[in-house]
Amino acid sequence: MTNESPVLAAPKPRKSGFFESRSPTAMLLRQLGRRPLTLIAAGLLAAVVVIALFSPWLTPYDPMKMDILNRLKPPTTAHWLGTDEFGRDVLARIMLGARLSLLVSFLVVIFATVMGTLLGLLGGYVRALDGVLMRFTDALMAFPDILLAIAFLAALGPSLFNVVLALGVVYTPRVARVVRAATLVIRELPFVEAATALGVSTPRIIRVHVLPNLMSPIIVQATFIFAFAILTEAALSFLGVGVPPTTPTWGNMIAGAQQYIRQADWLILFPGFAIVLTVLALQMVGDGLRDALDPRLQKVT
Amino acid sequence: MLTYILRRLVGMFIVMLIVAAVVFIIARVIPGDPAAVMLGSAATPEDVAALRARMGLDQPFLTQFTLYLKQIVTFDLGDSIFLNRPVTQALAERAELTTFLTLMSVGIAVAIGVPIGIVSAVKRGRLVDQGTVALAMLAASVPSFWIGLTLIRYLAVDVPWFPVAGYGPPGASLAERLHHLVLPAIALGIPNSALILRFTRTSMLDVMNEDYVRTARAKGLPPLTVILKHALRNALIPILTIIGLTIAVMIAGAIVTETVFGLPGVGNLVVSAVLRRDYPVIQGALLVVSGLYVLINLAVDLLYAVVDPRVRY
Repeated sequence: MTNESPVLAAPKPRKSGFFESRSPTAMLLRQLGRRPLTLIAAGLLAAVVVIALFSPWLTPYDPMKMDILNRLKPPTTAHWLGTDEFGRDVLARIMLGARLSLLVSFLVVIFATVMGTLLGLLGGYVRALDGVLMRFTDALMAFPDILLAIAFLAALGPSLFNVVLALGVVYTPRVARVVRAATLVIRELPFVEAATALGVSTPRIIRVHVLPNLMSPIIVQATFIFAFAILTEAALSFLGVGVPPTTPTWGNMIAGAQQYIRQADWLILFPGFAIVLTVLALQMVGDGLRDALDPRLQKVT
Repeated sequence: MLTYILRRLVGMFIVMLIVAAVVFIIARVIPGDPAAVMLGSAATPEDVAALRARMGLDQPFLTQFTLYLKQIVTFDLGDSIFLNRPVTQALAERAELTTFLTLMSVGIAVAIGVPIGIVSAVKRGRLVDQGTVALAMLAASVPSFWIGLTLIRYLAVDVPWFPVAGYGPPGASLAERLHHLVLPAIALGIPNSALILRFTRTSMLDVMNEDYVRTARAKGLPPLTVILKHALRNALIPILTIIGLTIAVMIAGAIVTETVFGLPGVGNLVVSAVLRRDYPVIQGALLVVSGLYVLINLAVDLLYAVVDPRVRY
């Protein structure tokens, strides 16, 4: 159980004076160095990001250019992942789709972590607001994520901004809960008490003492939200309520390929592989980070 | 026990009140007039005004909300704009399919997750364990709609073992209807088995280190007895919690799965309601699903006492 909710993870200094640097970053990197799988996953993620950023220079094909003579061609040496119903190169479209899928999820992560951290700090510090805020997050979490997102999008209409807003609201409570729980622990720690005794103002205590100690749980949570957001965004695009289908995303590529399921399974398989690989890599990085950042968990497995 | 249930019911009531408020507000933040949006561009101002009055949109905000709460309490979720029927009726008609689908998916997820989770915990650190942990992570990374489509292609089109879509012709036998749900249930069950597997493993690992498990082993009980009777029974609470959560997640997951397989269930109703902007249906579905979620959570908490007699409220 404890495994699933990372709370408070100030990296403790290790005894092995092997390396000189004891900065949190150096220690984190050392921890990660012992986890080859996490590093491989991080490398894979970096590759996906590079592909998303530089896709126009990485493929000779224009992802939007139609070529009716070459429609629905299975993978060949010319078109590695085949062509779609308009003869467009599937690989080029997957590379372009990575952009939107990653962009949406990234913005969702930013929205949810910023809002969640603010609400969590508020709940953890202003006791009068805590009860109200937590009941509110309870209520938001009582909606399954995809259903709540669909309801928002039904009200707001499908657009990139609205997808980000809807998913951001959906995932904010998850961050808020983790941040609140960690804040409640941190604010009772001796160094915060000392700062309070010295007359340091609350905003400064939060900025200098509390926030840095919240970083690890927030980062871990953000990684998982990134993974969930990619999956949910794909599902929304698939249902046709996500980002309008003029731009390819992995989800709407699969949705569009549905009617060619008998002739052209590569249209469905490859965008799916892209989703699976990216989400898997994110989850592995999240797991690795959680273990590396939380020394208390290291004996568990 | 009774005070505990009462306290939980009060908490549940508050959460549901906020849920109702959220549902209510979502429908009011729509840019533009909901009545005009529903009627489309061809509507006359008189039509819009009439619909506004029918929906109570000309009342003050708080009056509207009280009115809405009153309706909910009497199980009146309004009328669907497009189906011309009460929302409760539309939901009830489609409830059978979604219930069967959810139950079958949970069955599949539990049948995969719990035994493999136990084996993984028992063989902790070995190749089997590392393999299953990796597989669980993989399963959690796969979109269910994609599993659904691949299953259709290979097990319904290429090898026609299962129907491609639908819920059978009207009046189809129960066996036939369930046959139509096998592939959807697998598509929904596999991604959700991952969470159950991981919780089972973690929970079993916690328990396996306890003294009573060592004692049971030391007195020479067969390993299987130790694992099932001593360890599993004590590891069951977190596992039950996560199964409860999974049920709720699956009801929502059914939205996507039913679309993939063209199944006329609650999820399908929601998606078509979104595409037609049929707000009463969306609101009703949101309310019912989140209500179910809260109820399932309560039921799971009460089950604790049944599973573990040490739990006293």
